Amino acid sequence: MELRQLEAIDRSVSLGEARKGYRGRVVCILPIAGTGRLAPEEMERRLIEMGFIEGVEVSVIHEGPFGRDPIAVRVGQATVAMRRRDAMAILTD
Amino acid sequence: MNDMTADAGDRVTRIALVGAPNCGKTSLFNALTGANQRVGNYSGVTVERKIGMATTPGGASLRITDLPGTYSLRARSPDEAVTRDVILGTRVDAEPFDLLMVVVDATQMRPGLRLARELADVGLPLLVVVNMIDIARHRGIDIDLDRIASELGQPVVASTAVRRAGMGALWGRIDGLIAAGLPARQPTRWAAPSAHQLRQALREADRVIAAAVTLPEHRRSFSEKVDAVVLNPFAGPVILLVLMFLMFQAVFAGAAPLMDGLSALVDAVSGAVSAALPEGLLRGLIVDGAIAGVGSVIVFLPQILILFAFILILEDLGYMARAAFLMDRIMGHAGLHGRAFIPLLSSFACAIPGIMSARVIDDERDRLMTILIAPLMTCSARIPVYTLLIGAFVPARSIGFGIGLQGLVMFALFAAGVVSALLVAFASRLLFRRREIAAPLMLDLPDYKVPQLRGVVLGLWQRARAFLRRAGTIIFYASLVVWVLSTFPYAPADATEPAINYSFAAMIGHLLAPILSPIGFTWQICVALVPGMAAREVAVAGLSTVYAVSGGDGALGTALAAQWPLATGVSLIVWYIFAPQCLSTIAVIRRETASRRWMWVSVGYMFALAYVFSFLAYHLVSALTG
Repeated sequence: MELRQLEAIDRSVSLGEARKGYRGRVVCILPIAGTGRLAPEEMERRLIEMGFIEGVEVSVIHEGPFGRDPIAVRVGQATVAMRRRDAMAILTD
Repeated sequence: MNDMTADAGDRVTRIALVGAPNCGKTSLFNALTGANQRVGNYSGVTVERKIGMATTPGGASLRITDLPGTYSLRARSPDEAVTRDVILGTRVDAEPFDLLMVVVDATQMRPGLRLARELADVGLPLLVVVNMIDIARHRGIDIDLDRIASELGQPVVASTAVRRAGMGALWGRIDGLIAAGLPARQPTRWAAPSAHQLRQALREADRVIAAAVTLPEHRRSFSEKVDAVVLNPFAGPVILLVLMFLMFQAVFAGAAPLMDGLSALVDAVSGAVSAALPEGLLRGLIVDGAIAGVGSVIVFLPQILILFAFILILEDLGYMARAAFLMDRIMGHAGLHGRAFIPLLSSFACAIPGIMSARVIDDERDRLMTILIAPLMTCSARIPVYTLLIGAFVPARSIGFGIGLQGLVMFALFAAGVVSALLVAFASRLLFRRREIAAPLMLDLPDYKVPQLRGVVLGLWQRARAFLRRAGTIIFYASLVVWVLSTFPYAPADATEPAINYSFAAMIGHLLAPILSPIGFTWQICVALVPGMAAREVAVAGLSTVYAVSGGDGALGTALAAQWPLATGVSLIVWYIFAPQCLSTIAVIRRETASRRWMWVSVGYMFALAYVFSFLAYHLVSALTG
């Protein structure tokens, strides 16, 4: 990884921690092994299929009624509901 | 499936409809084929096989297969593997296609265009259909179709499936492609894309969109405004509760006149048959066996249809995904997926369609858990039993505020079903799935759409047919078996007790009595439970036969209250919360899990719970009533 990329990851906010109203741009899709049932590569593919790639604008538009989980994320023209645990893999700034 | 392949002549063009979830694929399928559809299954799996026939304005015959919505051909579950194999033409029981029609949502083109990129490698000619173009235009989204066609290198056509006029261009293009001669299938170059390839394809789709689509300045769309209320942390759950309340009101109060009508019809039929046939075995078999058995199940059709009308409309509207969003956290604690909400809701009418709709859950273990607890939801077949027992054992008095005690007990029994289902899921998560990390939830929240009457009616028709077919087969045979068991051998000529007391059913009842007497069941109850295995409500008929009471529920309730101690009545009510008294549900669990083992697990755990809780209830009430 290039140094510039590493710096960007360092500054980034995980979408899993973002509150309602947060807006950002995806820096990196980085699922970590052991944090989900799926292998990181598979998790990454699923997130891409839902529209999350580097550079795309995202915003958190709703939070679930219980424990603020799951969240509804606007990505492009779509809205995706996801659990915070799964959204941790999406790093934004 | 033979009739499906027999009419496939050379001139029939075989088309597969593919698209991302919520792209309007099914309404396009309905618009293309009308009611000319057949729904079946691919052999050995639970993937729905939906085929429709159509004739183009140019006179060409089409045979269109509607495939389940998917983001990629990459198989994420065994069910999606079937879709992939059908498209790639590697499945033996599915015929190959001549043309792939990729449906792209005009208001949200990214997933569809990405999928179109991927499908270009399959080796089949492609037609990209930009659907819901009217909504996109209405929102001020400007789409340059020619530009998309040249960027993709594939023919592109726009459509509005919900309007007849919106289909003209699509029909014309299909005719044009067929007239020009569809190129033969090329060897496939498709391979499961890596994350890198998916990323590239999505970038490519974004580039095409940037070049060909002009979005209006962002303003809050209608869906966003609705969601501000519907997904509000306070208003959201309240709206969901109110909707569910209205639904149950409609299912239980609204269906009553229809059900009365149907049971009057069943009575009329059995009266007519009784009059036409001479007294004897044949009449008994037809009237008391077939008509009574099948009739007792068919009366639930209105309830099932009303519940499904609600579910189909809410689904079409786009609300079900919101309900899953609101409920996910609660379901998640029980180790269930947010998507389990719909199957569990359907199970309130009947566990069978509920178990079948668990197919929407892509994770195998989450799906299995949902299937195993679905029969605990209070299905409508329990209602006749509950009504009878509550009427017999719960005094009809008010507890104030206009709330009747009997109604409250009924509500408590419904709640007991939901709570026990969630507790079972929770307990099994703690016991068997402790180390397991939850499967990811990624759910598209589609824009709200006006439900299409045609789609709802077609959906209801297909479900009604499936239900009636079941009533005509499994329940029909079960009723005959039960009739034989409770008729033979004949009572001796000098019998003093009802004839059923001398039958095989009574022998089985006496056999079961020592096992069930610790929970307070009389041998007569055991006799009634045997036919009650066919379907729960049959036990009511069974009880009235054993106690030789005629004259409806009221008379039977009075007789039971006189014969049983209160503890026995309570124990039987508790038994019905848990016991898997339904052969068809057990058969469906066997089919949907494709495993005998899970069928026995579900039967075993439900009987165990029923026995334990009935035992507790019986002894507790006995002690209290002294």
